[in-house]
Amino acid sequence: MTLLAAERLNKAFGGVVAAKDVSFALAEGEMLAIIGPNGAGKSTTFNMVGGQLAPDSGRVLLAGADITGQPPRAVCRLGVGRTFQVAQTFLSMTVLGNVQMALIAHHGRTREVVARAEALYRNQALALLDRVGMAAEAERPIGELAYGDVKRVELAIALAASPRLLLMDEPTAGMAPRERAGLMQLVANIARGQGIGVLFTEHDMDAVFAHADRILVLVRGEVIAEGPPEQVRANAEVQRVYLGQSGHRAALRARRAAHG
Amino acid sequence: MAAFTLSRRAALAAGAGLAAGLRPGLAPAQGAPIKVGELNSYSRMAAFSVPYRNAIQLAVDGINQAGGVMGGRPLEFVFRDDGSTPGDAVRVAEDLLTREGCAFLAGTFLSNVGLAVADFANQRKKLFLATEPLTDALTMGQGNRYTFRLRPSTYMQTRMVVEAARGKTAKRWAIVAPNYEYGQSAAANFKKLIGGTIPGAEIVAEQYPALGRVDAGATVGALAQARPDGIFNVLFGADLTAFVREGNTRGLFERRTVLSLLTGEPEYMIPLGDECPDGWIVTGYPWEQVEAPAHKAFVAAYRARFNDTPRKGSVLGYVTAQVVAALLNKAGTTETEALVDAFPGLRTDTIVGSVLMRGIDQQSTMGTWVGETVLRGRTGTMRNARYADGADFLFPEAEVRAARPGR
Amino acid sequence: MDLGFLLVQSLSGLASASSLFVIASGLTLVFGVTRIVNFAHGSFYMLGAYVAVTLVPWLFEFDRSPLLFFTGVIASALVVGGLGVLMELLLLRRLYKVPELFQLLATFGVVLMVQDAVLWIWGPVEISGPRAPGLRHGVEILGQRFPAYELLLIGVGPAVLGLLWLLMHRTRFGILIRAATRDREMVGALGVNQALLFTGTLFLGAFLAGLGGALQIPRVAVSSQMDLSIITEAFVVTVIGGMGSVPGAFLAAVLIGQLNAFGVLIFPKITLVLVFLLMAAVLVVKPWGLLGRPETAAGRAALPEGILATPRFGAWEKAIAGLAIAAMLAVPVLGDGYAVKVATEILIFALAAFSLNFLVGNGGIVSFGHAAYFGLGAYAAGLLVTKAGLPMEPALLAAPVAGAAFAALFGFFVVRLTGIYLAMLTLAFAQIAYAVCFQWVEVTGGDNGVVGVWPSDWARSRAVFHYLVAACCILGIWALRHVVYAPFGATLRAARDSEARANAIGIDARTHRWLAFTLAGGAAGLAGGLYAFSKGSIDPTLLAIPLSVDFLAMILLGGIQTVMGAVAGAAAFHAIKDFFMPLTDHWRFFLGASIIALVLVFPRGLGGAYGALRGRA
Repeated sequence: MTLLAAERLNKAFGGVVAAKDVSFALAEGEMLAIIGPNGAGKSTTFNMVGGQLAPDSGRVLLAGADITGQPPRAVCRLGVGRTFQVAQTFLSMTVLGNVQMALIAHHGRTREVVARAEALYRNQALALLDRVGMAAEAERPIGELAYGDVKRVELAIALAASPRLLLMDEPTAGMAPRERAGLMQLVANIARGQGIGVLFTEHDMDAVFAHADRILVLVRGEVIAEGPPEQVRANAEVQRVYLGQSGHRAALRARRAAHG
Repeated sequence: MAAFTLSRRAALAAGAGLAAGLRPGLAPAQGAPIKVGELNSYSRMAAFSVPYRNAIQLAVDGINQAGGVMGGRPLEFVFRDDGSTPGDAVRVAEDLLTREGCAFLAGTFLSNVGLAVADFANQRKKLFLATEPLTDALTMGQGNRYTFRLRPSTYMQTRMVVEAARGKTAKRWAIVAPNYEYGQSAAANFKKLIGGTIPGAEIVAEQYPALGRVDAGATVGALAQARPDGIFNVLFGADLTAFVREGNTRGLFERRTVLSLLTGEPEYMIPLGDECPDGWIVTGYPWEQVEAPAHKAFVAAYRARFNDTPRKGSVLGYVTAQVVAALLNKAGTTETEALVDAFPGLRTDTIVGSVLMRGIDQQSTMGTWVGETVLRGRTGTMRNARYADGADFLFPEAEVRAARPGR
Repeated sequence: MDLGFLLVQSLSGLASASSLFVIASGLTLVFGVTRIVNFAHGSFYMLGAYVAVTLVPWLFEFDRSPLLFFTGVIASALVVGGLGVLMELLLLRRLYKVPELFQLLATFGVVLMVQDAVLWIWGPVEISGPRAPGLRHGVEILGQRFPAYELLLIGVGPAVLGLLWLLMHRTRFGILIRAATRDREMVGALGVNQALLFTGTLFLGAFLAGLGGALQIPRVAVSSQMDLSIITEAFVVTVIGGMGSVPGAFLAAVLIGQLNAFGVLIFPKITLVLVFLLMAAVLVVKPWGLLGRPETAAGRAALPEGILATPRFGAWEKAIAGLAIAAMLAVPVLGDGYAVKVATEILIFALAAFSLNFLVGNGGIVSFGHAAYFGLGAYAAGLLVTKAGLPMEPALLAAPVAGAAFAALFGFFVVRLTGIYLAMLTLAFAQIAYAVCFQWVEVTGGDNGVVGVWPSDWARSRAVFHYLVAACCILGIWALRHVVYAPFGATLRAARDSEARANAIGIDARTHRWLAFTLAGGAAGLAGGLYAFSKGSIDPTLLAIPLSVDFLAMILLGGIQTVMGAVAGAAAFHAIKDFFMPLTDHWRFFLGASIIALVLVFPRGLGGAYGALRGRA
């Protein structure tokens, strides 16, 4: 079943076209990667789905419902979780507190003034942290964590709202290579295990070709190719404008690593 | 140097003699002092209040050398900064009454501070002699049983300059006043009074720049545009200097009658320096021209002790101490109700002459000098100055009764 | 109105604009590079004028020439520039690692010290500087006379603008200033000697302030209150123009100058409030000023400037809180009448400060105008008692309602902004409220205020009233503290830490901030109502900038990073002030020195120092 559908999204900044008739669909449990060179319109497309940007024209449908132009917090309430290129967390709080905060927001209790925040949703938060392998760090201030661990906590925060769709903007940016594979594997397991759709942008081709079910290639705001990794890798135009020989080799290597 | 020492000593002797003149033939005061709590804007308004405090000290020393008050007890003023806000002032007043054991309160400079302390005094049932605040409200609409005022009020000073303008022909008047109570009520008084002195007078322009923030160019331009024959000025301090400089350069004051409050006081004349305008009709204090012997002795003593010329604040301070001493001597006690009963009708011989505390509004008849500004050398002073006795310029009794029912 | 008048009035406006721009340009540069809200900028302006009225007449002993006049003016500005460097080296440099607001507190300490130092050195009498030789006269323009010196001033503004442009585009120092204004972290990353850049910027900023002051000496009398009269206006100009934008400051100064020159013709009382009305209007429409740009989101994750941890009270904290409450309750039994009065005030200020830190520390909403809600609460209570004849009890209930209502009204616009712009909009609204209380004489009594705001008979004794205040304030603080720990408080911290993350988990940050602003306004209003009854009067100083600054000083002294710091800060601030005020006329100097000493010794406030102590123990 189609979870997310983007229909002919257009966006221009001044005279610069950042997205032109971008359309794609994403099914439950599917991982769709958007790739492209710098300035290809990945972030623009991404932000139009997440509600950070309103498209000039076109529609975004979530499980059939039109969410075009809704602000991020509304998009979140409809079941979309997201992570950021630079991890966004609540630095004054503990790891646990961050996830508790997300749960409080998810349950619509942010205006309560009687209960104590730190007593709410403790167990659920710990369970979420356990799923991303961070339960042991629950009581530490999040600012003390290594960056890769922060990214995992951010995933737990995004999962707190029981999303149907995860938007992940460069999920492995800034991480050590070894951490990247682990995080992507974790995301893939969660997505497939719970039928959550994942839309992500990524620079790291290893991550893309190892985990994406389908890949969308953007160049100068236009979709030039779309399909399963093998098909995209074989696409001559993609190879010419984007992947190049080194990218091609990386794709092969990644596939082998994932399946071997 | 020797000459200086001599003159200094002579002046001190004169000061002592002057004070001794109050109670001749008595030994210096002894026993527990009678304390008066004096709170004032010593920090914010130091140009006025420090000479005021100096003169009080001068007067009190003289009084104590001459035998003190109430049959031989020394008089003591406890000075405190009032913080220049009503909130701070009320706390300080409490400190003076509670911790310092002062018999009553005196002082304050700003009108809002004066009114707040007056109401506090009313609440605590303690006497308050407001020495400097000018606001009419203090003795009129917001007057109370425990509050008395010494200095001539806004109304009185406005009336003094307006009456000094009698015979002038200026019909079209422009008003410039700082945008706060003093300025507004001076302007209101002026509008009320000018028609009585100059029939057919009309107000053609009004400017109320924010206190301390006059945009002199724009203000002078706006006034000149109305082509007035006369200008009534209430600006003082830094605003006045900026206004006068701009007006001088632009010729605003040429061939125009200017009435101005307080401008003749040394506090404002000294900063004006050689920019002092010519021929403004002002209230002020030409200390070097006052001929009364008691006053001359005061000037000499003040100059000798503080190595400075007296200011308007100095006169007020000295008179304050004299009136306080007279009050204590008349009441013979520091008990508040007795003091409050003794004060109305109290007449004191002071360095400005006889000062009466009028009973109906508890406003004293202390006056001030009215004259015309003139530049002598590098500083301004007053010519044709005469002492305007406050008794002639008080609010009519009917108006007091209207403002203070039951009086 | 004839053409000549319109032209000359417009020239008057330009002359004021020019002077204002010279000062504001320095402020905007310093803010752009260092992010310091430099309250001492007005003090530099004043010092420039004082140095010039000393130096120029001395130079005139040699020769009364225009050349020597302007030499004296420039030399004065250089001296002040040197003082700016001194402040950077001795004070600010030690504070770059602590939250930026603490530098604001340090510069506020400098303001207080300079005010009294000026009185010490130059005395309380205003000083008129010499006129510029050769420029004393008026010039005839279309039948109107206009001062020659002001024609020159009109030229100074554009000249300074041009020279600054050259500096910023043609020198390495200037290019670094521009780069730092745009992205401070990048300059740090480029390996630029940041300390030297900051010192240089402080020199330039102080130099321009000093120049602005020195140029005024032929026009105004130099007085110890010049600093306060200029500093708010200079801030307004920089904010309207866009913080960090020199051309923006120029544009804003010209706008203000012209509006004022012609505004006084229609509204003769407009100067009181004009600049604040303009600032509020500009910020509501353009949240980053006319030529400012949005603050670049921090590339790296920066620790928020506010409450970092919300630990529960341990045994020690419970003991301290218990002792403090017991001491407050014991004052009427053990202390004299004055001690009761002081204790009452400390309680009231503690509540007001706590409510401010609820915004600043917990919500990241820096308000420069918190006294507005304190004062409006006081006015609501005071007017109900004196004008409507109500007794104290309903009036005291109305105080927090009024504070909250106005906070809700102003906050609706305020929470749309961020950072310094938000702070300046709170200031603008506070000044507009101040102006209304000041000007609406029939209702509010104008600046004289209203007296006769005394408690009901049962609460009239100082002791009983003290217990009433204690009950209200301790309960108020306890309740607000509880909110800090509640989901609502945590949500505010979340929105402060990362707006993007808060949005992404479904939090409507703006609405929560608005509710917080309203709640804090209500608490401040309650404090204001109590204050009115403790003093017996209301007047506009209760809404004025100095009280807002006092509240800020209290929470910074206490430390904005801890929950209870504000209470300690309020007590410390009041105690210091109360200690020095009876001792000397120059108590502001010692208050300022104490603040600076405390900032240097406890750079995270008293609360932060306590936290560090407990952390080690």
